[in-house]
Amino acid sequence: MATPIDLHEVAERELEDQARYPWRIKACGSTACQSAGAGASISTLESEVVAVGLSDSVRVMSTGCMGLCSRGPLVRVLRRGGEETMYQSVDRDVAVDIVGAVAGRGEVADANRIDRHIPFFTRQHRVVLANAGIIDPDRLASAVAHGAYSALEKAITTMTPDQVVEAIKASGLRGRGGAGYPVGAKWSLLAGASSDQKYVIANGDEGDPGAYMDRTVMEDDPHRVIEGLAIAAYATGATRGYIYVRAEYPKAVERLDRAIRAARRSRLLGRKVLGSDFDFEVQVRIGAGAFVCGEETALIASIEGRRGNPRLRPPYPTESGLFGMPSMINNVETLANIPAIVSKGANWFSSIGTDRSTGTKVFALAGDLTNTGLIEVPMGISLREIVEDMGGGVPDGKVFKAAQTGGPSGGCIPTQFMDTSVDYESLRELGSIMGSGGLIVMDEDTSMPEVARFFMEFCMDESCGKCVPCRAGTVQLHGLLDRICSGEGRPGDLGLLEELCTVVRETSLCGLGQSAPNPVVSTLHYFRDEYESLLQEAAHA
Amino acid sequence: MPEVRRSIAITIDDTEIDAYEGESILQAARRFGIKIPSMCYLEGLSVWGACRICVVEVAGQHQPRPACATLVVEDMEVRTNTARLQSHRRTILELLFAEGNHVCAVCVSNGNCELQDRAVEAGMDHVRFDYRNPLRPVDATHPKYVFDPNRCIVCTRCVRVCDEIEGAHVWDVASRGHQAHLVTELGQPWGRSSSCTWCGKCVASCPTGALFYQGSAVGESVHAPDLVARLVAARRDHEWFPPVESPTSPNEQNGDDR
Ligand SMILES: Cc1cc2nc3c(=O)[nH]c(=O)nc-3n(C[C@H](O)[C@H](O)[C@H](O)COP(=O)(O)O)c2cc1C
Ligand code: SF4
Ligand code: SF4
Ligand code: FES
Repeated sequence: MATPIDLHEVAERELEDQARYPWRIKACGSTACQSAGAGASISTLESEVVAVGLSDSVRVMSTGCMGLCSRGPLVRVLRRGGEETMYQSVDRDVAVDIVGAVAGRGEVADANRIDRHIPFFTRQHRVVLANAGIIDPDRLASAVAHGAYSALEKAITTMTPDQVVEAIKASGLRGRGGAGYPVGAKWSLLAGASSDQKYVIANGDEGDPGAYMDRTVMEDDPHRVIEGLAIAAYATGATRGYIYVRAEYPKAVERLDRAIRAARRSRLLGRKVLGSDFDFEVQVRIGAGAFVCGEETALIASIEGRRGNPRLRPPYPTESGLFGMPSMINNVETLANIPAIVSKGANWFSSIGTDRSTGTKVFALAGDLTNTGLIEVPMGISLREIVEDMGGGVPDGKVFKAAQTGGPSGGCIPTQFMDTSVDYESLRELGSIMGSGGLIVMDEDTSMPEVARFFMEFCMDESCGKCVPCRAGTVQLHGLLDRICSGEGRPGDLGLLEELCTVVRETSLCGLGQSAPNPVVSTLHYFRDEYESLLQEAAHA
Repeated sequence: MPEVRRSIAITIDDTEIDAYEGESILQAARRFGIKIPSMCYLEGLSVWGACRICVVEVAGQHQPRPACATLVVEDMEVRTNTARLQSHRRTILELLFAEGNHVCAVCVSNGNCELQDRAVEAGMDHVRFDYRNPLRPVDATHPKYVFDPNRCIVCTRCVRVCDEIEGAHVWDVASRGHQAHLVTELGQPWGRSSSCTWCGKCVASCPTGALFYQGSAVGESVHAPDLVARLVAARRDHEWFPPVESPTSPNEQNGDDR
């Protein structure tokens, strides 16, 4: 058996190694930048460094997401002990200029420079994404140099499992998968279950359209997810873990697989983790390509190799879950918070955010916004700060109309609530939900019944078909919305729409059906006039 | 062998009853003659909890709960027939009628159909939703039985009886959402199935006219939904019941299909 890794030694060696280079060029190799052409710019950076003879003083590395995805490919240049410069839209030509500037010949055009002091960056508080865009996700040493596994080591060597559970409870961390269930409470349920075999599962199914928070964490900092899951296992007495990753995320699967193998080789996983008596094995499972497989009981069925149908709870997974054994499902972002809480303490964590919504939340900003991309902000920030300051407001002189959170299970927040604090309770009061972190901004040109129709089509296609209200109800809701939107609505349609929303919400089996009416209910609440005028037009047509 | 079961006092529609620990609201209600409509539930099979016709209100719970899949707990207060529940059930039935092709007047199960019965009981006399009129090919390849998916409500009673009682597992659900449909032999025509034992339990268990005997005419198909419960009891107690008349086969007069 290999000897356990000495984390401090590895970290020191890695940092020394990095310090050998006076210059470091970090290029985002994440999916969004890749699709903007990062592959070509990274190879240009590498070949240029060789061409100008700077191989000994400049190191080029590919990292994860730097956040401002709409302006990719992004590149950061770091000078030892000096300032850091960030560049946008780095194509081959700009890559040549960047290396030229490093070599002291010429400059990069101002249009390609990004001001790091804009609110998009300064208003962020990075906990989950602390290492995204900084480390090389394919190298364990790079992650360890930035603190990976030090929390696991701390937990195993200095804390009892109970103490870990208590720390998570005290932190106030709530589930980031959508529902916001207190994490510590779930952990103590599993810890309290008596069984020879227990499982912990990371939910990386991330099915909300437009959302890519979890993908980014898994791709850019896979060790953080593995470490969070290992700490969860240690705290609850589980010895096996699964990371369930959406099939559309092949890169996340590849990186997690590689990270798990590296961690096992260093005895951060496997038998006798870090030389202790704690055993923990992790496997990646690839999702079945359905939104509903993110629902925890369907996810369990899918890992077991069965059709991904949800089943009624109770029993909850912590009583009877995977293969009938006590199991716990946590979202990827939830687990990615764990190492920092263990390292820095519950008080540090709960000092971020609001009383009942502690910590940070990662959002995928999308829609009619100047700056779109990935941000991590403290809970309790106002929607206005996110949209106007960080997002740079609605472009082309258009007016903000509403923001949509929670995707197909959520609702919209109109202008008059721009100053609402972004936390679990406040969003719920407005008829929306925190959800998993999708945040779509819509301008004055957006038709809200259209938005409702879009999400209903998604739910209709993604319904598993098990229960009648969801299977047949979403079809009829979509049909009603479709004819209202296309100007063929009939008198009485709104009443029927509302009644059906209530039935689907109150009688569906799982969360998909129960929340599918939310976008309709929410747009009807705030923008009923739009539905009515469509119906009036239809009546006069 | 009747086991000793702990009693739990619950109230259903203001009547106090002694339910058994581990039993569902639906089972307790039925033992005391309280009617709660059901469709996907079939005594003797595992609980599926999907048609949602059996929803009841439980005091202290925000959402209605499915009676077939909710276990009784001490002091539970259940209401089975409030105005809200009646209206929800009617809507769910309307959704089912709009989803398939349920033209009772030309159906083999006319008069012997649970879907029809539930609709009559619920006073569902018209459908407010657009009929979907799906085009679903009938499978008449089996020498003895016919599957007409147009009448199928995807209750999975056939899937469960075939898997759990007969042990053949001929049936499965394929696709998802509104595309979800029943398949035999992983998508092969039923007639080519080598796992079907010709036992007819699926036909006996089907609540609608989706499964019937070859040669049945309108109104002729009678199902035997209680067959499963009797079989399960007989296997458990080793007490076999005399041959039964149903399931009705126009060609075969007795219950050799058991
Ligand atoms: C239809 C549906 C889809 C879901 N998809 C996801 C998902 O993609 N990722 C996720 O973490 N949770 C998803 N959930 C929530 C999970 O069931 C579960 O509550 C969550 O993973 C628990 O983790 P948390 O407590 O850390 O939030 C979904 C729920 C429903 C009803
Ligand atoms: S609510 Fe929808 S997704 Fe959930 S069990 Fe019912 S049909 Fe399936
Ligand atoms: S064929 Fe009959 S028993 Fe089978 S799912 Fe359809 S309706 Fe139910
Ligand atoms: S009988 Fe209870 S859900 Fe179908």
